[in-house]
Amino acid sequence: MIQELCVVLGHRPAGENIFTLGFTSPAIARMTRAGQFLNIKVGGGADPLLRRPFSVYHTDGAVVEIVFNVIGRGTAALCRKQPGETIDVLGPLGVPFGIETPDFETGVLVAGGLGVAPMPLATRALRASGKQVVTFLGAHNAGSIVAAHLLNVRLSTDDGSSGFHGTVVDLARQSLARREFRRPKIFACGPTAMLRAVARLAEELEIACEVSLEGPMACGFGICQGCPVELAGGGYALMCKDGPVFDIRRIIL
Amino acid sequence: MTIVRSSFTLGGVVFKNRVLVASGTFGYGDECADLVDVSRIGGLITKSLSLNPRDGNPPRRIAGTASGMLNSIGLANIGARRFIAEKLPYLSRVDTAVVANIAAGTVEEYCEVLSLLEQHEGVDGYEINVSCPNVREGGLSFGTSCPATADITRRLRALTRKPLIIKLTPNVTHISEIARAAEAEGADALSVMNTVIGMAVDVKTRKPVLSTVTGGLSGPAVKPIALAKVFEVVRAVKIPVIGIGGICTPTDALEFLITGASAVQVGTQNFIDPAAAVTIAEGISKFCDEQGIRDVGELVGTLDAKTGVSVLESWL
Repeated sequence: MIQELCVVLGHRPAGENIFTLGFTSPAIARMTRAGQFLNIKVGGGADPLLRRPFSVYHTDGAVVEIVFNVIGRGTAALCRKQPGETIDVLGPLGVPFGIETPDFETGVLVAGGLGVAPMPLATRALRASGKQVVTFLGAHNAGSIVAAHLLNVRLSTDDGSSGFHGTVVDLARQSLARREFRRPKIFACGPTAMLRAVARLAEELEIACEVSLEGPMACGFGICQGCPVELAGGGYALMCKDGPVFDIRRIIL
Repeated sequence: MTIVRSSFTLGGVVFKNRVLVASGTFGYGDECADLVDVSRIGGLITKSLSLNPRDGNPPRRIAGTASGMLNSIGLANIGARRFIAEKLPYLSRVDTAVVANIAAGTVEEYCEVLSLLEQHEGVDGYEINVSCPNVREGGLSFGTSCPATADITRRLRALTRKPLIIKLTPNVTHISEIARAAEAEGADALSVMNTVIGMAVDVKTRKPVLSTVTGGLSGPAVKPIALAKVFEVVRAVKIPVIGIGGICTPTDALEFLITGASAVQVGTQNFIDPAAAVTIAEGISKFCDEQGIRDVGELVGTLDAKTGVSVLESWL
C-alpha cells in the first residue's frame, strides 16, 4: 500500500457514460493483484471530501487504468481531469481474488455492468496460472458493454440488444448446469442483487465462488470501520481490508 | 530555519508536538505504519476501547455530506483485553505518546477498562469518551449531564495518576457547564469536540442513509462549530483544552491554538491523508518560524476577541 500523487494520462470513452482513466504509477502497476482496488482523492478540496474506491481495471507497464461511469460528484470530477493533472491515489488495497489455488481449472468470470472492472486483471492472472477462462458479461444494453482485455466472452443484455436476452446469471447458469467447464470456480462482481443470484447458483451447483464487493467506504484500509460486511458466522468483516473479495460462503449479502 | 519548540506537557506526559490523531480515525496505529512515520505524530489516541469487543452498527455506517462525513460506526473495537494482548506490544514501542480512549455503558465499565489498562506498560494517558452519539452505551447520556460527567471523572481520577482527558460532546446547550464539572473533579484536560449529531436522507428510497438514522458529523463542515465550542470552553476552565473538529490544514490547527486550544487532534482528514497530522505539525512550525515565534505554545489563547476585523485575504 502506497499513497502517491499520480499524473493523469487521459480518459477514453468505453461505453455510454462509461470512461476509462489512465494514470502513471510504476509501483501500483507492479504491486496490484487481480481484485485489488485503489482509493482515489479526485480533487484537492473539501468537496467531495472523501476518497472514492475503484477496482484496478488494467495495467500496462507503468500505466494503471480504472473504469467508471459518471454517477456522482466524485466520478464527475474524475471525468473533468485533464492529461497532466494529478490525482492522489492510495493502493493497492484489499484482498485479491484467490486465483493461484489448485482447487480449480476453469475460472468462470461473471460480471454485471461495471462489475467487469476487476476482470481484465483476473483474466491475465488466470492465464498466467495456466487456468482456462470463460467470461459471462452482462450489461443493460449493447451500448454499455465494456469487453476489452477479456477472453471467451459470452454476452447478455437486459434489453436483448446484444447477446443473450436476460440476466448474466441466467446465462451462466445454462453452461454451469450442463457442467460445460472442467473444475470451475466462479469469480463474480456486480450489483448486490446479481451477486445474490450468483451465490444461489454457486450453492445449488456446488461450485466454489468468490465475489468482489463494492460499497461506500472512507479510508480504504481499515481505520474508519465504515464498510461492514455481514459474516455468516456473526459479526462483521470490513469490505476494504478483509475484502473486497470474499468467499461467498463467508458472508451474507 | 530556527528550531521552533513544539512539544508540550500534559499531566506529566510529554507530547512531542501539539498535533495528535483523534480516536477512531487512526485505528490502533499499526494499520497506518506503511503510510506515515508514526513517531512524528504528537500523540496517538486509540479507537474507543470497551470492556468487551463490539461488532459495531450494521451497514450503512458512513455517508459523505457537503465538506463532511457522517458516521455511525457504533464503537466497533476489539475490546480492552485483546487490545492489551495484540496492540499494546506495538504501541509501547512507538516513539510517541499513546492515549487510550475508553467508552462504556456504565461507570463501573469505564472504571474496569481503565483499571485493566493501568496494569500494563504502553498507555501514557486516557481520553474518556462520554460523547459518542451513535450507541446507547456510548456515554452520551453521561456527557450531556453535569452530575454524570462529574461522577465519572471523580471515579476515574481515583484510579490513575496518568493524564485524564474528558472528551466532550457539542450536542448540549452549554458545553462550558459540562467542562466545569469535569474540571472540578480533577480532569487534566478536555477534548473539544466529538461529532455533531447529523442525518442524511436518500430521496429515492425515502429512507435515512445511515442504519441508525442519525450519526455523527465530522470534517471541514463542523470546524466553525468546533472553534466556537473551544472558545466557549477555554473561557470557562483553567485546564488545557484539546481542539478537534474538521482540522485538515496547518491554518485550521492554528485557528484552534490561537482560540485557546493547547493542542489539536486531526480526525476525518486521516481517512483522506493518513500523514495529515505530520504535515500539519510541520506547517505549524513553519508558520511560527516565519512569525518569529520560538515556541508554538506562545500562540495558545492569543485570540484578540475585541475586534472582528481581519486581513482582506481571508475574505478574498
